[in-house]
Amino acid sequence: MSLDAAPESLLAVCRLTDLVPERGAAALVDGEQVALFRMVDDEVLAVQQLDPYSGANVMSRGIVGTRGEAWTVASPMYKQVFDLRTGECLDTQGREPRRLRTWPVRCRDGVVLLARGPREG
Amino acid sequence: MPQEKDRPEEIDVQDQTPPDPADTTADRPRRLVVVGAGMVAHRLVEALLQRDTTGAFTVTVLGEEEHPPYDRVGLTSFFAGRDAEQLALGDPALWDDDRVDLVLGSRVTGLDRAARTVTTATGQVHRYDELVLATGSSAFVPPVAGADLPGVFVYRTLDDVARLQRWVRDRAEQHDRPLRGAVVGGGLLGLEAAGALQSMGVHSTVVEFAPRLMAVQVDEAGGHALQRIITRLGIEVRTSTATTAITAGPDGAVAAMTFSDGSSTDVDVVVVAAGIRPRDELARAAGLAVGPRGGLVVDDACRSEDPHVSAVGEVACIRGATLGLVAPGYTMAEILTDRLLGGQATFPGADTSTKLKLLGVDVASFGDAFAATPGALEVVYADPAAGVYKKLVLSDDAEVLLGGILVGDASAYASLRPMVGRRLGVDPAAFLLPEGAAAGPAGLELPDEAVVCSCNNVTAGAVRCAVSEQGACDLAAVKGCTRAGTSCGSCLPSVKKLMTTELEKSGLTVSRALCEHFEQTRAELFEIVRVTRLTTFSEIISRHGRGRGCDICKPVVASVLASLGGGHILAGEQAALQDTNDHVMANLQKDGSYSVVPRIPGGEVTAEGLIAIGEVARDFGLYTKITGGQRIDLFGVRLEQLPAVWRRLVAAGFESGHAYGKSLRTVKSCVGSTWCRYGVQDSVGLAVALELRYRGLRSPHKLKLGVSGCARECAEARGKDVGVIATEQGWNLYVGGNGGATPRHAQLLAADLDNDTLVRTVDRFLMYYVRTADRLQRTAAWLEELDGGLDHVREVVVEDALGIGADLEQAMAAHVDGYADEWAAVLADPEQLRKFTAFVNAPDHVDESLQYVPERGQIRPATPSERTGGAVLIAGAELEVRR
Ligand SMILES: Cc1cc2nc3c(=O)[nH]c(=O)nc-3n(C[C@H](O)[C@H](O)[C@H](O)COP(=O)(O)OP(=O)(O)OC[C@H]3O[C@@H](n4cnc5c(N)ncnc54)[C@H](O)[C@@H]3O)c2cc1C
Ligand code: SF4
Repeated sequence: MSLDAAPESLLAVCRLTDLVPERGAAALVDGEQVALFRMVDDEVLAVQQLDPYSGANVMSRGIVGTRGEAWTVASPMYKQVFDLRTGECLDTQGREPRRLRTWPVRCRDGVVLLARGPREG
Repeated sequence: MPQEKDRPEEIDVQDQTPPDPADTTADRPRRLVVVGAGMVAHRLVEALLQRDTTGAFTVTVLGEEEHPPYDRVGLTSFFAGRDAEQLALGDPALWDDDRVDLVLGSRVTGLDRAARTVTTATGQVHRYDELVLATGSSAFVPPVAGADLPGVFVYRTLDDVARLQRWVRDRAEQHDRPLRGAVVGGGLLGLEAAGALQSMGVHSTVVEFAPRLMAVQVDEAGGHALQRIITRLGIEVRTSTATTAITAGPDGAVAAMTFSDGSSTDVDVVVVAAGIRPRDELARAAGLAVGPRGGLVVDDACRSEDPHVSAVGEVACIRGATLGLVAPGYTMAEILTDRLLGGQATFPGADTSTKLKLLGVDVASFGDAFAATPGALEVVYADPAAGVYKKLVLSDDAEVLLGGILVGDASAYASLRPMVGRRLGVDPAAFLLPEGAAAGPAGLELPDEAVVCSCNNVTAGAVRCAVSEQGACDLAAVKGCTRAGTSCGSCLPSVKKLMTTELEKSGLTVSRALCEHFEQTRAELFEIVRVTRLTTFSEIISRHGRGRGCDICKPVVASVLASLGGGHILAGEQAALQDTNDHVMANLQKDGSYSVVPRIPGGEVTAEGLIAIGEVARDFGLYTKITGGQRIDLFGVRLEQLPAVWRRLVAAGFESGHAYGKSLRTVKSCVGSTWCRYGVQDSVGLAVALELRYRGLRSPHKLKLGVSGCARECAEARGKDVGVIATEQGWNLYVGGNGGATPRHAQLLAADLDNDTLVRTVDRFLMYYVRTADRLQRTAAWLEELDGGLDHVREVVVEDALGIGADLEQAMAAHVDGYADEWAAVLADPEQLRKFTAFVNAPDHVDESLQYVPERGQIRPATPSERTGGAVLIAGAELEVRR
């Protein structure tokens, strides 16, 4: 299903309707696991699926929410909270801060497109 | 004396010369020996170890009883199921301190002041530099013929009450009829004992020599009010009556009592609670002065005429009197600590104020309760119908509070007692009228030096200081800083009020907000959702919160909606509120795989059921383990395998076990009367019925139940939120237990219930908890936080004092009717099944990061080094996944 949308070096990952509002889903992008989150306004945000604290691939299964203005996800494993846009850890639960990688995401004609090549958030 | 350093701890020192007094100033720690390991000894040791920062003392405590110091004041709660461990005072770590040696089961029989040694009944000799007698009192048994018959008890120690309980149980088994009992003495202890007898189903009579009950604490009108209330509770009271003889039956055990008026009554058990005598025998034998009514005479520094011998607690005769209450004993312990460490503290005089709950009846007496002050005025409020009598004693100008008596409703005690000796400043009647008594009239402000906690001598100022300077911002912190409210607890309402006022003053509001999105507590949100009948998170947060929620408030709202009958936990928007366990209805494990637990009600499972579970485990290559809740946990299931696993389990007749939810987990049971030689009721049958009734119930935290078939308690039911233990007559219901990091034993809520009453009471209890507890608060913590604690819950769920019993039952009935297996529903819903995919863009791809190695014939997750180090890895089983 991974189609190359060459002009912008974007990768079509799935349909927007494959994602449930305010929940995450995992995707495989060039062999790497990515967590996609659909917000209430249908914006889609992408971070690494690997939870840097537990080492398990579970970020997509966390609870989506807000801290102030920021959209967040809480790790389902040890509850660290991350900014979904920047990847920054907002609540380290007493551990040293670690970030999540983020990917720019576009939505076109109901298709979710991920910019290739991970970028540090 | 360097040569003494090598001396063993305990030796025969008979031939040694007395230690040189100068020795006490030498550098080595001084030896403090405390005789008696009761309440006051405990306080002394606790205070001394805390304040002796230079290591001036080593302490040896010699206690005759087999138990470490326990809460004697709370002795009667033994009959409500509190055992020695739960009654133990303070932090048990105290006895691990290197500086202290607690020797139990060790009675001191000799004191040699010249040699400065004490000798125990077993011949051990302990040398002391300083000796403290904290031997308390013994029960006084009047010289009545037959007072030593089997079946006659005193009421002072844990062993006394354990013996009494055993006797009543054995007799009840022998005679197939309700037992009759009598209590000699109508004072505080007598009424405590009468309550204990009543709680064991013994029909009893209280016999008091004086013309009224509790003659020491209350006046005539108060005594009569008390008698009326107690008679109404089914206890017979005979005042102005002396017991002339106790007589035995054919088996040699107590059978009857005769009284001064010539009448007699049949009895199966007698408790003598006719007063106490100080245990001053050591002091007497050592030639030390004792008071006119006993007790080692001490000065205001708690020192006897021998400068190396002190006394504290009930054995001390201070200012010419012995004191039978714990608070003055604690004051003495504090004073002696200060003196031992070189301070100058002196005994300030005893506060003999008391507040008690006897048989559920409040009785309080404080200050000049009998209006002995010349010119004193009395203001009385009495409502005989309601069983209330209250009296305030005021100075001749009616301005200064001198004392008072409260019977039937002592809620004003906490605000009144600290005002003794002060101008009230408000109309005294305001304290006596039913409304507003507890909080005290508005505008009443305690001066800093007013003592709020008399057990621990904590002033209002100390509480304020704990809040403003030491940063305490909840009741637990204030208790920790000041010790206020850590003994009898009667001052807690005042302490709480002082704390809240102080917090508000310093601009801190007591934040009980759930998270940044909701100002409310879970209980408040529950009420809002219940009343407004809102059904979606979006509506709830937009009307009553802000933002879009988080991992704290979303699951709370989901739980509230589920408890209020919101349909399937994953229906519509609710799916987005659940944490991953509830979302995929399995338990997330450390590597990102899940475990699955099918429900096995009551732990009862057929051979076919076991085979079906075994086959699923084998076919999917899962690790299996038996849980503590008597069921089977299957580990290593990948997200996308969950529906296939459950299709097989559902086909074999299993349902979701809700191991993933903040909800009912299991009802553990023993095999009960069906198989067990000792069982008296069908514990498995009841456990299965309860588990089927409450399965799926969402709650503030996980809920565990247990049912045992007899008092041997093999199901460990008292370690559960709700524990049921079979009795000959029915079931005893315990609540508020848990295991885990802070284990708690459940406490008795109601006794000898039949099946219907039991279920109705559990219905109400669970629903009341679901409605009012905080997020992630187990029942034990909830009971502890709740104003009024277990008594309050008993009033609500057993006595229906709030009139919400029917409502709670109805809510539970709605839950029972609305129950459907969550997994069966998901399997039937293609929309729900979509989320069980490893990758949205590669549904057939297996997550390769999940890797396992064999161990003891099963799988376990590979460690990081095993992954990179080329160990033999097992990929997850490739069973075909049907969609
Ligand atoms: C049922 C009951 C209810 C009560 N209710 C209240 C109440 O509501 N409010 C209140 O203020 N007070 C109450 N009291 C009284 C309170 O318990 C006592 O005032 C308090 O325990 C006194 O403490 P103590 O350390 O002086 O004596 P204790 O607690 O009696 O301790 C003395 C210890 O010394 C041991 N001992 C004695 N002689 C020796 C020896 N020779 N060698 C070694 N050990 C020895 C004893 O075995 C005992 O364990 C109640 C008492 C009872 C029994
Ligand atoms: S609690 Fe009683 S009935 Fe149950 S197994 Fe133990 S002894 Fe038997």
